[in-house]
Amino acid sequence: MANLNDHMGRPIVAVTGIGVVTSLGVGKADNWAALTSGKSGIHPITRFPVDHLNTRISGMVDFLPSSSKGASLLTYELAETAAQEAMSEAGLDAGDFGGPLFLASPPVELDWSERFSLYNSDTHDTGAERLLRVARGLRELDIFETTQFGSIADRLADRFGTRGLPITLSTACASGATAIQLGVEAIRRGECDRALSIGADGSATAEALIRFSLLSALSTHNDIPEKASKPFSKDRDGFVLAEGSGALVLESLEAALARGATILGILRGCGEKADDFHRTRSKPDGSPAIAAVRAALADAGLSEDGIDYVNAHGTSTPENDKMEHLSLSTVFGERISSMPVSSNKSMIGHTLSAAGAVEAAFSLMTMRESVIPPTINYDNPDPAIVLDVVPNTKRNAEVGTVLSNSFGFGGQNTCLVMAREPV
Amino acid sequence: MNPHDVVISGIGLVSSLGEGPDAHWQKLVQPRLEPVLEASRFSPYTVHPLPEVDWNLQISKRGDQRQMETWQRLGTYAAGLALDDAGIKGNDELCATMDMVVAAGGGERDEAVDAAILAASESRNDRDVLLNEKLTTELRPTLFLAQLSNLLAGNISIVHKVTGSSRTFMGEEGAGVAAVETAAARIRSGQSTHILVGGAFQTEHSDMLLGYELAGYLHRGPWRPVWQRQGAEGGGVVTGSGGAFLVLEQREHATSRGRKIYAELGPVLSGRARRRRGELDGEIAMLLKQAALPDGELLAISGASGAHAATAAEKSALEANPAIAARGFATLTGHMKEAQFPFAVALAALAVDREAAYPVFDATVEKPFAGVPKTVLATAIGYHQFEGMALIKAA
Repeated sequence: MANLNDHMGRPIVAVTGIGVVTSLGVGKADNWAALTSGKSGIHPITRFPVDHLNTRISGMVDFLPSSSKGASLLTYELAETAAQEAMSEAGLDAGDFGGPLFLASPPVELDWSERFSLYNSDTHDTGAERLLRVARGLRELDIFETTQFGSIADRLADRFGTRGLPITLSTACASGATAIQLGVEAIRRGECDRALSIGADGSATAEALIRFSLLSALSTHNDIPEKASKPFSKDRDGFVLAEGSGALVLESLEAALARGATILGILRGCGEKADDFHRTRSKPDGSPAIAAVRAALADAGLSEDGIDYVNAHGTSTPENDKMEHLSLSTVFGERISSMPVSSNKSMIGHTLSAAGAVEAAFSLMTMRESVIPPTINYDNPDPAIVLDVVPNTKRNAEVGTVLSNSFGFGGQNTCLVMAREPV
Repeated sequence: MNPHDVVISGIGLVSSLGEGPDAHWQKLVQPRLEPVLEASRFSPYTVHPLPEVDWNLQISKRGDQRQMETWQRLGTYAAGLALDDAGIKGNDELCATMDMVVAAGGGERDEAVDAAILAASESRNDRDVLLNEKLTTELRPTLFLAQLSNLLAGNISIVHKVTGSSRTFMGEEGAGVAAVETAAARIRSGQSTHILVGGAFQTEHSDMLLGYELAGYLHRGPWRPVWQRQGAEGGGVVTGSGGAFLVLEQREHATSRGRKIYAELGPVLSGRARRRRGELDGEIAMLLKQAALPDGELLAISGASGAHAATAAEKSALEANPAIAARGFATLTGHMKEAQFPFAVALAALAVDREAAYPVFDATVEKPFAGVPKTVLATAIGYHQFEGMALIKAA
């Protein structure tokens, strides 16, 4: 008889379904094959013209029916696709999930294509006044829905029959991890037996790209797109904007075993700590990231020795990778130089609101498959960052526990600890 | 009483009526209080504008103020008021262990840049290229951060040093409901001892009005009280700028540091009616049933927006129970979207604390309440989607 409660007497939370979409493809099989063969999904931007842009590459998802229909519809389709895969793997009725929904998705705004078409459908007044005039004459809700922050989750709740008020959240680049954390907490509190946690981001618009570009956050290595994302390398110059989604069906271990579900992994601990230093930069001593890692370990009931592998945030920005190394080496000490630490973002770019969920999905697969995906483009190591980044080629290894890091603008730091087996 | 009860130990409010719980109480207990209205700036829409606010009082560094637009300043300011009120502001240890859940929409876009792009689009067919051309040269880099939903929480961390955890929920009124509900659940389960929860809405910006008007939700023409907009021109919503933050605290934690407790936060309920299938009436009735309302006369602080369908449904559900005396505060503050539910909870807590009900905000529809409100209902039925309620009880 398995132990059904964790070291703090809370229900153990199992993963029974996983779904994922990235620029590498739809579904776990395609993604895993590409990820473990070191293939990059980063490619030239074709969705919109790149005139005047310093960055002309991305990891956009260009192969879905909604890929050209705007951020809101694409984010919905990404979320739905990943959730559908997770539901079917979990063997649940995909129209009657019966647990709460936690959705990490990007903040929404009226797309420029809609702004242009609304504006140019009238000639009275100018600027915002004209938009408002046209708006009040609209007779259908399609455009309105794209501007409501709760609409994507509302549609998903209809689609999958989730229970209650769905929560849409943003903790910037940590959002996906926060969605999982909220699901874990709801199960631990006994509010539900199962929860659906999704991170989805289809918001790689021209304006989003320009905004990140103006903050000097993006790589401008346009010439060989697949080489642009190079976490932990000396010549890393920014992240690569990307899209994707990850979905997990979380269940109390007890409920999952009772219905005979396959246990794909355990969500063992979550930790967070906010940074009060700066809107985009981390506190120089790394203390908030360090505290988040330690909080996740404590929540999981593990010591520093208990982690086999780190799925790094590893964005390929000069700042993040340096800070992540500092925080990991502070927490894990000498051991960090011999612990595998790899970054999925070297191949899929930074999927922003989805990243924490996508990378949790890959972390769980790493344990199940006993294969660690590599950090590709590691040709020119940063001498200041001494890590075993699993350079360039995958590695076969037994992995029983993973730490997955997510750090974001606004001082957001969230870490997840996952395990292959219940304790 | 249970040591793990959730109590309200700090309130920060800003609206067209002023700032702080005392100022709001003083205003709201005046019979026949007139709302503060701005009818010309956004004509044909009326809004309840922000009062004069001296941002320096809560955001001491000019550099921090410059990094924000009004929405984030407003939220950071209201959060500071709540922290001050709870005796937490400036207490490094309490701030560093304090959790935070913020209900947020988005921040303000640069209207001038947008208008210039739209104007140029009339004579250009290569609109995507136009966009790149203008945005790369005219956007202020830091404006992006002023627009990001989670950067209200980020600014609260930076300015007030609240760093235990930081989560931002999105989704109009439902975000405010879920924020309060989640915060309360964390305290009840022992996951947290003190949490800052709330939101802000800055309506004096065309995009914030557009967010309603793309579905025709805004009331037009002469202003009317929130319950009396059915049949008038437009969709019934009059918006207001404002913010509401609460410090929720485990009872034991608050009493052990000798703090004043406004009220206990009882059950928080939330729902998602599939309104297109006509489920709203049933959902509101079910939430009222789940709330297990006490016997006898009950004061209800309603967050009704004025949106025709949702407000009619809420009005008839509340009127179906003759014991309920409702107060639609949007009559006096306007609809504050993500901040609406935290605001309703705050006003309910004030009434419980002051042991007195608010007079009617609309004499033609609302009925008097003479007794001492020991328990008060707070509601937020979303103008478009999502529903929530809470019971606030004498501490």
